[in-house]
Amino acid sequence: MQFNEPAGETLFDNAKIVGKAHTRIDGPLKVTGQAPYAYERYDVVEGQLYGYPLGATISHGTVTAMDTAAALAAPGVRTIVTTLDVEPLALGMLNVARLFGGADVMHYHQAIAVVIAETFEQARAAASLIEVSYEQGDPADYDLDAAFERLQGSGEPDTLYGDVDAAFRDAAAVTDQMYHTPGESHQMMEPFASIVDWSDGGQLTGWISNQMINWTRGSLATTLGIDKERIRIESPYVGGGFGGKLWLRADTVLAALGSRAVGAPVKVALPRPMMMNNTTHRSATVQRIRLAANADGTLKGIWHENVSYGLPGGRGENATAQTPYFYASETMRVKNHMAEMPLPETADMRAPGEAAGLMALEIAMDEMAEALEMDPVRFRIVNDSQVNPSNPDQPYSDRNFVQCLERGAEAFGWDASRPAPGSRRDGDWLIGQGVAGAFRGALVQPSGARAAIENGKLVIETDMTDIGTGSYTILAQTAAETMGLGMEDVDVRLGNSAYPVSSGSGGQFGAVSSTSGVYAACMALRERIASDLGLDAPAFARGRILAGDVDRPLLDMTVEAVESIEWGDFMKQYQKATFGAHFVEVGVNAYTGETRVRRMLACCDAGRILNPVTARSQVIGGMVMGVGAALSEEMALDTGRGMFVNHDLAGYEVAVHADIPEQEVIFLDTLDPIASPLKAKGVGELGLCGVAAAIANAMYNATGIRLRSYPLTLDKMLDQLSDV
Amino acid sequence: MSPAINFELRRRTFIAGTAVAAVTVGMSRKAAAQTAAPVGAESTTVFLTVNGEGRELTVDNRTTLLDALREHLQLTGTKKGCDHGQCGACTCTVNGTRVNSCLSLAVMHDGDEVETIEGIGAPDAMDPMQTAFVENDGFQCGYCTPGQIQSARAVLDEIRAGIPSHVTDDLTAEITITDAEIRERMSGNICRCGAYANILAAITQVAEDQA
Repeated sequence: MQFNEPAGETLFDNAKIVGKAHTRIDGPLKVTGQAPYAYERYDVVEGQLYGYPLGATISHGTVTAMDTAAALAAPGVRTIVTTLDVEPLALGMLNVARLFGGADVMHYHQAIAVVIAETFEQARAAASLIEVSYEQGDPADYDLDAAFERLQGSGEPDTLYGDVDAAFRDAAAVTDQMYHTPGESHQMMEPFASIVDWSDGGQLTGWISNQMINWTRGSLATTLGIDKERIRIESPYVGGGFGGKLWLRADTVLAALGSRAVGAPVKVALPRPMMMNNTTHRSATVQRIRLAANADGTLKGIWHENVSYGLPGGRGENATAQTPYFYASETMRVKNHMAEMPLPETADMRAPGEAAGLMALEIAMDEMAEALEMDPVRFRIVNDSQVNPSNPDQPYSDRNFVQCLERGAEAFGWDASRPAPGSRRDGDWLIGQGVAGAFRGALVQPSGARAAIENGKLVIETDMTDIGTGSYTILAQTAAETMGLGMEDVDVRLGNSAYPVSSGSGGQFGAVSSTSGVYAACMALRERIASDLGLDAPAFARGRILAGDVDRPLLDMTVEAVESIEWGDFMKQYQKATFGAHFVEVGVNAYTGETRVRRMLACCDAGRILNPVTARSQVIGGMVMGVGAALSEEMALDTGRGMFVNHDLAGYEVAVHADIPEQEVIFLDTLDPIASPLKAKGVGELGLCGVAAAIANAMYNATGIRLRSYPLTLDKMLDQLSDV
Repeated sequence: MSPAINFELRRRTFIAGTAVAAVTVGMSRKAAAQTAAPVGAESTTVFLTVNGEGRELTVDNRTTLLDALREHLQLTGTKKGCDHGQCGACTCTVNGTRVNSCLSLAVMHDGDEVETIEGIGAPDAMDPMQTAFVENDGFQCGYCTPGQIQSARAVLDEIRAGIPSHVTDDLTAEITITDAEIRERMSGNICRCGAYANILAAITQVAEDQA
């Protein structure tokens, strides 16, 4: 199905199932422990052996020797594959650091061996007996502030329009500050895990935990140098990803090599303490943001420059991602830099770019509002844009940012008079409120599915994944709606490379793309049925096929169709994004500086909301991650050893139950006919965007202390608190 | 078609490695005895009652209760999130008390009664807490969920039993089931998807139904 023009009136405009609250259809399996995750697949293949990985303990350099004699002699050990046994493996899609093979070490905890043994305990014990000799590379420079100073002003701007220098010279108010965001780690609850059966070197089957079946299948083929057709991958349940499981990772490669070497299926999970340095993370950023405004509050200039780090050929974290698109401004200058550093690979984490960018930009907006003595809600409204600010000929497909701010402010009870910082108190607690805008692009990907009537069920098969996002449920809703069936009539099967290729889960494109793909497959199925029965445009309702005198049950048939959604060029005429406004109230302890979030509200504009239950969970989940990003999450870099030291869930502090207060989510439930046939957009990353800045702004409102370096911990303000 | 991986392995070292492995399988006990002789037996037979069913199990002494459940009894509803007692995904009940099963060796539990998520309910016959989690969308990816549910049930019991927490103001009064009490007592169970508000709603629903 080609999506070549804005959606007109569709069956979803009078929907009975899509857009309605429905609990997760995979829920009963998950709450009873019956949903099988990657490491738990006793049902698929007999004789699984245990693989335990070994990670390098230098940041960069070479492995000069590995003595495996003691490990090989240890009880239960069947074989060991070391990185010196294997030629450097080719890089898979968007892998920057080599996953295995050869003597070169590019980052700490890079996999350098896998021990295959009969039990987990034997494999783990033997791995500790491997003696590794290294030649450490030259000392490296990990100073990102120095990198910013070095790179600032260099290179052609990514976005440049208007006379920026003149704008800043002639402005009524100017702000100019530095902002810091730390490295962040996905830390999904299910570790990276794989069972791979490549016993005979022929067909390879992998039961893995992965967001992108088709990408990863291709990467595994490239990495192992075998034909993609020889590989089958299953990932029906994924215990969280947040972008960390977009790619092929070492667990799958080690399980494959181990299985090939030992001639039996092998299962490998990355130990939690190995995840942070072995896999990818969100780079720290150093950002300078300069704003210039007229006396009426309209922005005269935005000047945003960012640096992050990455391995050579990597991408870092582009914290300027939102800046050319979000706010209207007479002039703009935007530049993103990356400094090369021999650190673990930096790649996508939930809302890559915008998450870190809005942590800074939305504090800067608060600072300018204060300089102008304007309500920060009003200041953002004044600078709304219905077109792409850096390309005014390109309108937004649908943008309701102003309504997000207005409705959110009303529901939250926002005090536009802005009490002076430090003026509200509840016992020992200084109380403050903050606001921030949210912006995240609305991407789409081609997405296919098979729809079939088989054995009295509507079966939907696609390699789409459900990483907690609700894919099973919204795809069933889409299929049931399109075919005129009930939810109980639909059997959704996901995460298998034997099924048609989907968008996969990432970039907030999964829900919009995969529901469109299932819609396309179901419409193809309807056409097929009409053609087989010789009917002209039959109706599908209440489980029946209706046309003239014909009235027969749909589920008695046996029929199938395979189709995908393809996105037309017309969409490029528009800028597409999702929008939101976050409102937060905090208490900061006047004596200790401890910050507690008291309540949070998000108002979101993301097109049609396909299922308010799962969509709300996505948003509150993003808000929780935003609380962690604001107050506690930070990858602590050992600049001597070039590794992150707090590499477990005791050292890397994510938000827990006690950190999370009352949360409210409002969906505008708008319709964006340019976004997809369902007029929907993704919402999974929007919930995170801007949250941390809203907290920072609330803390400023509470204390009068402006923090610009995350996480916003008490040590950064304790010396100033005594004055409050 | 591209060649299979065995053509890309550095054949000499690789074959030598596997040859050694093939030989050492037979003599591994002896080799181990020569290098690091264990003081006593390396494995132990324990008797556990798991979800009401007696199970005799011979396990490596290093096997955690968590791995005994997951890898020996194939009860994979109890999850391994961190294996270090930091995340709570492995929470199950031993003799009526919730524990982090990853921090406990199986050999320490001879004669104990263990209850896992599989013993609480099944998809077509869910426990009220499981039903409440589904109704309130108290999870997303589902991986921390069995541990959350185990803790949730235990938290209500602990409050009713008068066991105080960090946020209990009056140690002499009957403890009331408040949002703060539930949040505090659930804080050993991390949910990276961030379903905390919905988990609180689920627990509150069950508490009110039981009141």
